[in-house]
Amino acid sequence: MAGHSNYVPQSAAAKWLESRLPVISLMRGSFVDFPTPKNLNYWWTFGGILFFVLIAQIITGIVLVMHYTPSTTAAFDSVEHIMRDVNFGWMLRYLHANGASMFFIAVYIHIFRGLYYGSYKAPREISWILGVIIFLIMMGTGFMGYVLPWGQMSFWGATVITNLFSAIPLVGEEIRTWLWGGFAVDNPTLNRFFSLHYLLPFMIFGVVILHVWAFHTTGNNNPSGVQPKTQQDTVPFHPYYTIKDLFAIVVFMILFAWFVFYVPNYMGHPDNYIEANPLVTPAHIVPEWYFLPFYAILRAVPDKLGGVVAMFGAIAVLFVVPWLDTSKVRSGTYRPLFKQFFWIFAAVCLALGYLGAMPAEGWYVTFSRIFTVYYFAHFLIILPMLGFLEKPRPLPASISEAVLKSGSGTPAGAAAAPETK
Amino acid sequence: MAHTTDAEEPNRRDFLYIATGAMGVVGAGALVWPFIDQMNPDASALALASIEVDVSAVEEGQSITVKWRGKPVFIRNRTEAEVEESKSVPLSDLPDKFARNSNLPADAEATDVNRGVEGKENWLVQVGICTHLGCVPIGDQGDFGGWFCPCHGSHYDTAGRIRKGPAPENLLIPPLEFVTDSMIKIG
Repeated sequence: MAGHSNYVPQSAAAKWLESRLPVISLMRGSFVDFPTPKNLNYWWTFGGILFFVLIAQIITGIVLVMHYTPSTTAAFDSVEHIMRDVNFGWMLRYLHANGASMFFIAVYIHIFRGLYYGSYKAPREISWILGVIIFLIMMGTGFMGYVLPWGQMSFWGATVITNLFSAIPLVGEEIRTWLWGGFAVDNPTLNRFFSLHYLLPFMIFGVVILHVWAFHTTGNNNPSGVQPKTQQDTVPFHPYYTIKDLFAIVVFMILFAWFVFYVPNYMGHPDNYIEANPLVTPAHIVPEWYFLPFYAILRAVPDKLGGVVAMFGAIAVLFVVPWLDTSKVRSGTYRPLFKQFFWIFAAVCLALGYLGAMPAEGWYVTFSRIFTVYYFAHFLIILPMLGFLEKPRPLPASISEAVLKSGSGTPAGAAAAPETK
Repeated sequence: MAHTTDAEEPNRRDFLYIATGAMGVVGAGALVWPFIDQMNPDASALALASIEVDVSAVEEGQSITVKWRGKPVFIRNRTEAEVEESKSVPLSDLPDKFARNSNLPADAEATDVNRGVEGKENWLVQVGICTHLGCVPIGDQGDFGGWFCPCHGSHYDTAGRIRKGPAPENLLIPPLEFVTDSMIKIG
């Protein structure tokens, strides 16, 4: 990372620091002078947006903890106390609760961007795998955070998800009791989830650093999928992408603010404003929207262990995508068949999300099964076969050629390589 | 200590390496165990192990729900029709052929006699936790006149046996006995 900077310390203080801890050249090499492909489109800004949302979640979370009480007798009331009594408490909580949804919106777009442009392919497999690990920790964090208000959905969501582990043969029951710290979801469960919910975001932060380190070692992928060949193909990260990312973050914040200030409970469930009751299950329990596709896969399989295996398998398959895609061509832009299957796959994921929210009966189950099979077929059959069957379009010789040939409304006289001026 | 041949005799240093490493593994394991075990049920959770319930007010056809170890327990005084219906079901119709009765051997068959309380067949006492993913089923509902779990659609019959849906087992019958004619001890 640091190797990309020609930074030479000028002031005496900078020289003193640089010779002891080269942190200035590290930061400059990573986020200022770092050579970035010049053709990154707005789909690439979601990495920066995700970093922003992670920091926002950590800050709002830390202040919410100053007012929250992790105890089955007090948790629900302390959340209402935050909403009604704490100065700006309503805003902080709505920012944090909706922030989780915004985090998942951004991460799903980020993942689909990676899938479309082949960002997982050599040499970026490690970056992709670290990304899947971040996604898994995010899911754990989101789930445990949803338990903390101790409403009906919190309690029964926690019950259903922890019961998934009881499907494990032989030791399943012991693992479930160990997770609970008792014989049902109760005070020990709430306390440990609180502890871990505070820990995991910092683990995400750590893995994010590795994730960035990995693709700063290989260089960013880009919409053409062609590696930068000369300096003409790249621009320094600052100011070109700092400003582009910042602009995207501001636009994203408008959406975020709209949810927080106009429909703060749109993505929540009314049942979670009823305090947890271990003796009554709500008539229709549904996980948060961002788990729905996986929930649909869980329910599509008419066998307890099979459903759990399919659900975790749906995420686990992402780890091996770099080796399932046999095509030599990275970007979907130059893969006419892949492009069509990609959009079918995206539609199937949305459909699974819809089915996950519907009751598990009748046609809903039938379609859940069809789409679950398709989900796995996309990765295990379609991706490997496409590499052999498909005739990709000719690749551009370089990023510069790809940009100039497309001629997508470049105004006459616009500098093709402004960094050389 | 130069490796001149592949088949060198192990010397004293090799022994020391392995012994030190083994001690390190044992020590690390001994240190890690308390950090794992602290998450298991604590003494106060284990202390809530048994309760006594007065069922004298539960008329035929009525049910009550009590809390035992943080879980709901359904106590139902079944009608004669319900018992007869349950008895008429052949064992081959049941997805789970075991009684799941903590008071009987694990391989006891899921007949109505093995599900009800011994000698008081109208009484059915079971943990009200769906064996699928742990929701609380709703009474007097479902296709078999027993319980229905709203979460993922499991149907239980009048003896609490799974008949349809994703749940793998019959509802669990906890350890119990009638200490007097109207007092049940659970746990």
